Amino acid sequence: MDDLMSDLTETSQHINRTSHPVGIVGYGAYIPRYRLPGTEISRIWSGESTPGPVREKAVAGVDEDVITMSIEAARNALARARIHAEHLRAVWVGSESHPYAVKPSGTIVAEAIGASAHIQAGDWEFACKAGTEALVAAMGLVGSGMGEYALAIGMDTAQAKPGDALEYTASSGGAAFIIGPGEDSLATIDAQYSYVTDMPDFWRRANQKYPEHGQRFTGEPAYFHHITSAAEMLMEELGMKPDDFKYAIFHQPNEKFPQRVARQLGFTPEQIKDGLLSPVIGNTYAGAALLGLTAVLDIASPGDRILITSYGSGAGSDAFVITAQEALPERRDAALSTRAYIDRRTEIDYATYVRFRGKIAMR
Amino acid sequence: MNTNHSDVVIAGIGQTPVGEHWGKSLRNLGVEAILGAYRDSGGIKPQIMYIGNMLAVSASRQANLGALLTEDVGWVGMEGVTVEAADASGGATLRAAYLAILSGDVDVALAVGVEKWTDVIGPEADSYLSQMLDADYEATEGLSPHSLAGLLFHRYLYEYDVEQSAFAGFPEVAHANGATNPKAMFQRALRPGTYEKTVDPSGELGLYDIAPYADGAAAVLLAREDVLPKDWPHPHVRIIGSSLVTDTLSIHDRPAPLVWDAVRLSVERACRNAGVMPGDVDFFEVHDATSLHAALSLEAAGFASQGQGWMLAKEAVIGLGGQIPVATFGGLKARGHPLGATGVYQAVEAALQLRGDAGANQVSGARLGLIQSLGGMGATAVTHVLSVT
Repeated sequence: MDDLMSDLTETSQHINRTSHPVGIVGYGAYIPRYRLPGTEISRIWSGESTPGPVREKAVAGVDEDVITMSIEAARNALARARIHAEHLRAVWVGSESHPYAVKPSGTIVAEAIGASAHIQAGDWEFACKAGTEALVAAMGLVGSGMGEYALAIGMDTAQAKPGDALEYTASSGGAAFIIGPGEDSLATIDAQYSYVTDMPDFWRRANQKYPEHGQRFTGEPAYFHHITSAAEMLMEELGMKPDDFKYAIFHQPNEKFPQRVARQLGFTPEQIKDGLLSPVIGNTYAGAALLGLTAVLDIASPGDRILITSYGSGAGSDAFVITAQEALPERRDAALSTRAYIDRRTEIDYATYVRFRGKIAMR
Repeated sequence: MNTNHSDVVIAGIGQTPVGEHWGKSLRNLGVEAILGAYRDSGGIKPQIMYIGNMLAVSASRQANLGALLTEDVGWVGMEGVTVEAADASGGATLRAAYLAILSGDVDVALAVGVEKWTDVIGPEADSYLSQMLDADYEATEGLSPHSLAGLLFHRYLYEYDVEQSAFAGFPEVAHANGATNPKAMFQRALRPGTYEKTVDPSGELGLYDIAPYADGAAAVLLAREDVLPKDWPHPHVRIIGSSLVTDTLSIHDRPAPLVWDAVRLSVERACRNAGVMPGDVDFFEVHDATSLHAALSLEAAGFASQGQGWMLAKEAVIGLGGQIPVATFGGLKARGHPLGATGVYQAVEAALQLRGDAGANQVSGARLGLIQSLGGMGATAVTHVLSVT
């Protein structure tokens, strides 16, 4: 790894690198237990129970939100990190569904998990890459020596207008990562690159309840251009090829997009299958790529290379090269696996979904 | 001086790819096509520019395209004006340029069609498109061009007792031809059976019956033959017949909604003008905005009897080697339908056929071509006859 980092110093113009090696010392997933099948949505809106773009999506319960779910994921991450929350130097929550318009999520999460008051805390709202953006910031904080540990979370209860195409996929869930010293990590973060532009393919204006999207525009110039630009640049500057990786994870707004972008980049279905969760949980927005990563960390062997690339509309893509380390197999059993959360499944009907997600106007 | 109607030559052609041009503006597209035609002519500058466009005012919030495009192409001060006839704007623009030369007032006129509207989506796009219908009696009732064509299609299947699958040949031929047109929006042939999969038992227009929303620009430079240099490199493709006819705007005001009189009359008049019979032409660029349009146009133009246009929907009849090739570069269905630019694309494609420059899309021995541009449900019909010497 040291070789790789020193190569970077000489060649890279754009890649982010840290002064000290950093890595993931703890990680935790959280997926709420309720599932709404696509056939149930089409039953209501088209009169026929035809399958949607994903089989079913995860739905947060009536007493859950980004804060409660972030706390669940953060506790799992702390368990695997084997550190006390007092050692955290930052608590950052990335989401586009923070429960409050005005009042931070990060401080509630920090206090709930037992972090001290001597921290940085902040909420990130940066489309579906809010979580990976927080991860990059955590790399910076730890990698510069400002702090030893930083917690970065990507979590959403994604919103979709009833009847809109997005309703089939917009789901709830996410993951938390504790970034710490590389030598103490379950997986090192070897290099990172972000490709960031103003690409307005998806937005929600202030005081609107549901987002709008640019239909086909969300494909080629948005999702595909940004993910391929980020992943290709990172691999090119590292002199790496798709077959250098055991696993690849891409932002997953549905099932087809990540499959297609993987093919475009030269990855095989085998490399992406373990991190492709959208068919069974939907699109967890800021949590989507990160949950793919927790699912892969749950099974990866020491030495396995992982490429993860997020995408956020109007935000861009963050790509990371991660390598699983020796400590991973032993410590990952300290918390529930991503698969365990997926298997913990209670199917609900559309009416229950409407009640859970507050879609009935009560006043 | 007097200009004979057969002295008008297509001196230059230009076209942009058709598609969803998210990275290009109305100006970018227009200038690209105009400069293409200018360069193709060997640098003949027009004295007047007619611009065919339907939706710039709604979709781009831009009027006054005459001033816009003459300036952007670097010809500030040139006479320039928009011609609008819904999705027949392209054909009407070609006719305006042709008439300008016949008038004797100018020697060289440019017809450019440009449309840039795919960044408008959903109901907004449908409502803009519906402006081609009668706003008081059709559009306000919720009718769109597609839904109205759907109703007529339903009627057609019922009236003439036809199975919808009989229409498969229209998109299949269009897509087969589009496959070898580098400017086409869809450059892929349909697999056998693909059309049938989208057929609704109740007889609705399906996915493959409707030409796609698209952006694009095409330009033709028309010149009186005697201004062309002696060594001008291309065969002389002439416009020898031209006609624009209107019908009632609303379908419900016509005695027989499945008989498109303006379409028939404009073919008859353009052919009489040219001194040819429709049966003499080597290809017909038909306005296949939907499969219904294709069938009704072929009937109105006299290639089939009433109620039998669908019988021509076969590769052997309308394919490049058939009796009456249509949509030779993919037509509206596969090349794409950039509304006010479509009629000019047809002229560019006809010129390529008659010059013998159509490559894989060449209709062998093409000497005489018929092109037709329709506005709305055949409410405006513009037809041109082109020949080569």
